[in-house]
Amino acid sequence: MKQSSNQRIHITGGHVIDPGRFNGVADVLIDEGRVVALGPRLKVPAGASKIDATGRLVLPGFVDLHVHFREPGFEYKESIQSGAAAAVAGGFTSVCCMPNTNPVNDNQAITEFMLDRARAAGLANVFPIGAITKGSEGKELAEIGDLRRAGCIAISDDGKPVMNSLVMRRAMEYALAFDVPVVDHCEDLHLAEGGCMNEGAISTELGLPGMPAAAEDVMVARNVALAELTGARLHLAHISTEGSVRMVREAKSRGLKVTAEACPHHFTITEETVRGYNTYAKMNPPLRTWKDVQAIKEGLRDGTIDVIATDHAPHATQEKQMGFTEAPFGIVGLETALPLTFALVDEGVLSLESAIDKLSTAPAKAFGLAKGTLAVGADADVTIVDQQEQWEVDPAKFRSKSRNTPFAGWKVKGRVTTTIVGGRVVFEASQAEP
Amino acid sequence: MSLKRKDLLSLAPLSVDEIRLILQTADSFKEVTGREIKKVPALRGRTVVNLFFEPSTRTRTSFELAAKRLSADVINFSPSSSSVVKGETLLDTARNIEAMQADIIVLRHPSAGAAEALALGVKSSVINAGDGWHEHPTQALLDLYTIRERGLSFEGLRVAIVGDVSHSRVARSNIHALVKLGAEVRVVGPPTMMPCGVEKLGARVYYNLDEALRGVQVIMMLRLQLERQGIALFPTIREYVRLYGLTTERVKLAEPGAIVMHPGPINRGVEIDPEVADSLSSVILEQVANGVAVRMGILYLLSGSN
Repeated sequence: MKQSSNQRIHITGGHVIDPGRFNGVADVLIDEGRVVALGPRLKVPAGASKIDATGRLVLPGFVDLHVHFREPGFEYKESIQSGAAAAVAGGFTSVCCMPNTNPVNDNQAITEFMLDRARAAGLANVFPIGAITKGSEGKELAEIGDLRRAGCIAISDDGKPVMNSLVMRRAMEYALAFDVPVVDHCEDLHLAEGGCMNEGAISTELGLPGMPAAAEDVMVARNVALAELTGARLHLAHISTEGSVRMVREAKSRGLKVTAEACPHHFTITEETVRGYNTYAKMNPPLRTWKDVQAIKEGLRDGTIDVIATDHAPHATQEKQMGFTEAPFGIVGLETALPLTFALVDEGVLSLESAIDKLSTAPAKAFGLAKGTLAVGADADVTIVDQQEQWEVDPAKFRSKSRNTPFAGWKVKGRVTTTIVGGRVVFEASQAEP
Repeated sequence: MSLKRKDLLSLAPLSVDEIRLILQTADSFKEVTGREIKKVPALRGRTVVNLFFEPSTRTRTSFELAAKRLSADVINFSPSSSSVVKGETLLDTARNIEAMQADIIVLRHPSAGAAEALALGVKSSVINAGDGWHEHPTQALLDLYTIRERGLSFEGLRVAIVGDVSHSRVARSNIHALVKLGAEVRVVGPPTMMPCGVEKLGARVYYNLDEALRGVQVIMMLRLQLERQGIALFPTIREYVRLYGLTTERVKLAEPGAIVMHPGPINRGVEIDPEVADSLSSVILEQVANGVAVRMGILYLLSGSN
């Protein structure tokens, strides 16, 4: 199924959405890994292979700013190969990998290793995110200049928030020299200590230690204050609370360089899903209340939240079979993000174009990636989608090595039919079906 | 009427009728425990496994005695809780126990939800003997039994539950059951020990012990975990005792004849003054005695022998 990148591909008759640039029925012509023409009824050049996209959406490949491909260190959960396969099956042509591998991606050798593995996989574009501090221990700055030069496109100690505000200040200042966004998982570790779900009436009833929304809010507030102090580009990972949305909205209204992402699970389900001690509903930040879900949706609608990212966090089945307090945080998300986002379109929260923007164009812009567009000359990363196809989520069919999703058995709508990365078809649904 | 359940995991889903059935069944076993030969053949040939991942003397002994008085074979299995941390899944533990042909597994585990997870994985009946901060249903049932034995009726009964409600499985099980039975439940303690949203379970929150004790017929003290001193829940034992310790004077604020309960083990001079613990109003040892009868009743009902 791998084809050489100088192949011409002619995508015909699809509904092309290039957010902010084009929205209508058109053909797309790809040559030598780039988009070379976009318009109605293009002439078919000789030797071009044709993809009939009539009745389908032709979109700039999705860009996920937040995935955990567990390589190096935890390949039994996910490798860069399996993660990239899951990505393209879900329509994501570019993914940004968090550095909480083992060893941590806090030096250029690890970054180069990840990029090598990504090239060997030959599926999605992989952009490593470097650690902010050595070993993500929150103490000493990592060699951010080296990380940047080696190919890291952002820095983060994701999963281990930088608790020391002075260290965070220095990181933001230092990052200015390389124009790299600083990404923080906002959680006050003292406030959230020992918690494994949202703190509230349900955690009380279940007898589970809670993590209050305030544990996220205080760190969002701190980070916004530090972004204002330093002028850094701040990107807030997976915000989940009403308070976070309010503070990001306020920060943006004052012109700060703040971007924010939300995950599909945080706008789709609530803490109620934890009932029965469902470890597939255990993630960090935790599932919140209905009010928080409404606030996230409103934040997506009014533009406060720029980006939809998955926080794809694979864990082995045996790890999720532990008791609720012992089981690790996180769920896989790459192969369910599209239909869950389309549900917001059906609900009227987002226009179709704005949904595509949040999956593709806006994330590319937030991290300064030359992706997320079908403009002539752009890399030919294209996702073709059947917006109407209904299907049932079956984790056994995931390309990811892990199956940890709370959406198993859900009847959803919207499915990727073809994914093209750099002018090569890397995923086709028809081939994938058994 | 019988208990149509495989397991006893929590009191939250139990109906009033089911609770009453358990208490009534315990009555006949209470009579057995008073005989010279304290044994009946009801569970002869059945195997009960006490699976305790947390240290416990009184609950485990109480279950063991209950099972033995029903003529069941009893095995005590206490894997160190570190083996859980090291990664054996609950399901694997469950399958091992099941392979030993256990009819009933009594589980004590430091994690909330452990009993529920175990019950899903095995055909044996599972009794929750305490899971994290979640529930301790048999303790609450023996508390109810003791209240009822004292001739108190649950409808309109005023009960104060005093102490670290946040970290107490005993409190949660009692709140569920007492609210269901029509009692007025007051929870009392410093705000640091009140779980978020506890009023949604039907309890009224008090921070002042004197105020909370006025007119109650039952005072249920919780054990204070002394290691929580200083880590933000309370500054010193000295101040805790002054604010929330149960003294003879404070008992007088309750309705005359009010009973004082405690799930044990008690910290004398901390949450409860020794004078109160040894007073006529204290039913602490009756609770222990009733524990065996109530657990016999539960084992009997779950064994399907009825």
